[in-house]
Amino acid sequence: MEVVRNFPFLSIIMALFSGPLCSVLGRQAAKWVNTAVISLIGVMSFAVLLFTVRTGDFYVYQMGHFPAPWGNEIRFGQLEAWMALFFCVIMLLCMLSGRRELARETEPTKQNLYYAMVGLLLSSLLALIYTNDMFTAYVFVEINTISACGLIMIRENGRTLEAAMRYMIMSLLGSGLLLMGLCFLYDLTGHLLMSNIRESVTALAASGEYHVPLLVAICLMSVGIAIKSALFPFHAWLPDAYGYSTLSSSAILSSLVSKGYIFLLVKIFYRVIGFDVVRESKVVNVLFIFGILGMILGSVFAIQEDNVRRMIAYSSVAQIGYIYMGFGLGTAAGMIASLYHILSHAATKSLLFVAASGLTDVSDERTDFLGLTGAGYRNKLAGLAFTVGSLSMVGIPAFSGFISKLLFAQAAYETRHKMLLALVALAISTILNAVYFMKTVIRLYTPGWRAGLTVAQAKITVKDQPLKSAMLVCFIMLNLFLGLCSEPLVRLMIEGLERFA
Amino acid sequence: MSRKRTDEEYRRTVSFRLKQWLDGSRDPYLDQVEMTPKQPYVETPEVQERRARERERMLERVYDVGRNTRIREFHHLYQIFSVLFCLLLVLALLTAVSWLPTVGAKERPVNNEVAARYIENGLQETGAVNIVTGMILDYRAFDTLGESHVLFAATCTVLILLRRDKKKRAREIESDRLYEPKNDVILQTAARVLVPPIIIFGIYVILCGHLGPGGGFSGGAIIGAGLILYLCAFGFEKTERFFTAKTYRVTSFCALACYSLSKCYSFYTGANGIESAIPLGTPGAILSSGLIFVLNICVGVVVAGTMYTFYCMFRKGGY
Repeated sequence: MEVVRNFPFLSIIMALFSGPLCSVLGRQAAKWVNTAVISLIGVMSFAVLLFTVRTGDFYVYQMGHFPAPWGNEIRFGQLEAWMALFFCVIMLLCMLSGRRELARETEPTKQNLYYAMVGLLLSSLLALIYTNDMFTAYVFVEINTISACGLIMIRENGRTLEAAMRYMIMSLLGSGLLLMGLCFLYDLTGHLLMSNIRESVTALAASGEYHVPLLVAICLMSVGIAIKSALFPFHAWLPDAYGYSTLSSSAILSSLVSKGYIFLLVKIFYRVIGFDVVRESKVVNVLFIFGILGMILGSVFAIQEDNVRRMIAYSSVAQIGYIYMGFGLGTAAGMIASLYHILSHAATKSLLFVAASGLTDVSDERTDFLGLTGAGYRNKLAGLAFTVGSLSMVGIPAFSGFISKLLFAQAAYETRHKMLLALVALAISTILNAVYFMKTVIRLYTPGWRAGLTVAQAKITVKDQPLKSAMLVCFIMLNLFLGLCSEPLVRLMIEGLERFA
Repeated sequence: MSRKRTDEEYRRTVSFRLKQWLDGSRDPYLDQVEMTPKQPYVETPEVQERRARERERMLERVYDVGRNTRIREFHHLYQIFSVLFCLLLVLALLTAVSWLPTVGAKERPVNNEVAARYIENGLQETGAVNIVTGMILDYRAFDTLGESHVLFAATCTVLILLRRDKKKRAREIESDRLYEPKNDVILQTAARVLVPPIIIFGIYVILCGHLGPGGGFSGGAIIGAGLILYLCAFGFEKTERFFTAKTYRVTSFCALACYSLSKCYSFYTGANGIESAIPLGTPGAILSSGLIFVLNICVGVVVAGTMYTFYCMFRKGGY
């Protein structure tokens, strides 16, 4: 067996191991261990990606001495490898760009625990991507939830504690529903391995036996994951959690944590239940409706918001709505569009959070719009980065958001009943996006004297924050890469999705 | 200017002031009749307190359910709808459960080849007499690896939330100690008698996890309970001699590292088709069943430390 095939399992174990290791190290050592582990896992995922693309096949890796239905196993193809690589890159960029804020806003004795939490979070994301067993997925969902709580409340002020509390309650509710759905499925099929559940479920769906519990199981799992990834009516925990936690936490939470759950949902739809059965069950239509509501109402909330970080957080509600709308279309093209939107939203949202923190740095830590007036002149690179992020979110060609919106529109065009609704919602949501993002960009480039700000505020150049500036440049490049080189990526994802189940 | 007087004396005369007023170099009414520039408003602590009280009273009146009828209506509606929603959910789930395969029936889907192999071959393949231990620590060891890291993550989160810096919050920690029982004779005598057997029993449960009922999770919980009892009886001063936050981190790091590394070995050899070099031993002997024995100890250490740490954090915020 090739050495590369050991890498997915090694990367999960390494990330898990880095958690306890960071907790016994000092904060400087923990920082470097964390950076090294994320980079190494990124390199290994890249090797796996190259290997799977070259052979064009998927691989099953047996965890232990016993074959699959008795032991655990993980399974990977090019889609999984690409997601793992992408998540590692985003996480590395977020961690590096948030270093200064982390040192400033948290207690020094607790920073090593923060790095431990990040390591555990990465391991859970990787396990959610690679696993082929429903119960393993549930165990790592738990790790993901708990470590995300830790990431939110490391900055110990009242708002983050309250946000962590809300997040925990909502997220545990979601976990509970997911677990209940899982129990139903186990009772109906007698298996926990995804491929075996699929066989049984296909047989059950064909014979019509156990129709009601199967439907309930699908509903419970979809709703559980929808709560955990903040689909529209369940988004109440999101703005505080993203808006007040420390920079790298909010960037990681918005761009990765919810995406891990969404990837698990894709896995459940494709590999566990089978997309035909899911479509028959009409659950996708419910997701479609709530996705569309989220797309529009999330943007409306964002327009009303006066705090720039909370505005970006509310924009996440809208973008999660896009992703669920893509699932709701019920076609492979819609799924591809959603997967691409996972990438483009992850790259853009973390860019926006980092850029917004660069802008508040030069505005006396004010996050309201009046305070941000003219910030684009005071921190030129952050202003540019925010503009790029906004253009991408609105969907201007050459940036990543355009491609995902194009894919959504194409996918909607192929469906029969949902075409009009999806296209109209896309149009409205795009206009609303433009309203609040362009409002912010115009505010950033309005000279301060015009808003009555007379106090000269600090300026920040690239030399003052070399690391953050470099990360901003990386984010911009990543965004342009996703926007300009989408063709091979989309092909990779289509092929990966075909071999996914 | 006069020649007879010195400059200083001349400045004090009326004529000098008159001259100054005439040529406008000094305004005698300045600072006398004009309004003083506005002083920056400084709140005294009393004023601040009063304002906070007023604000509180105002909020109270706004959210006072007795006076604000709309809020009262909203609360009622909220309660009614939440109860209705829960009932609906319960109904839906109960309906779904009634459609599930009959409990205990022979032809349930759960009674398949997976369970059959666990029961029939579990002893030969894992070397553990206790099939459950064989399942969680050998067949499905990856899940249990995740599960023990869940415990670790939970402890870290509680540490982040509740741990107080000893230098910064020394007084808070001191004042917490006031409520510790100092010399509760009954408790101390009971603890002196009970704690050693409890901990020894916990160790027994962990070590014999592969032979009979028990294992790392249950044994670790027993040891943790014993430690908590000891702490309740004798206070932090005695326990801190052998168990601090640093001890917890190092022991749980060692346990989790041992778990990860040994499982790394067995996953790697298993997936690559290499025969494992660890002997299974004779079933029933204390040193048998390969890695399960070691893994049980690791899990037990993590669980005991987690329980004790939770208790310390919730009681005092540091140890």
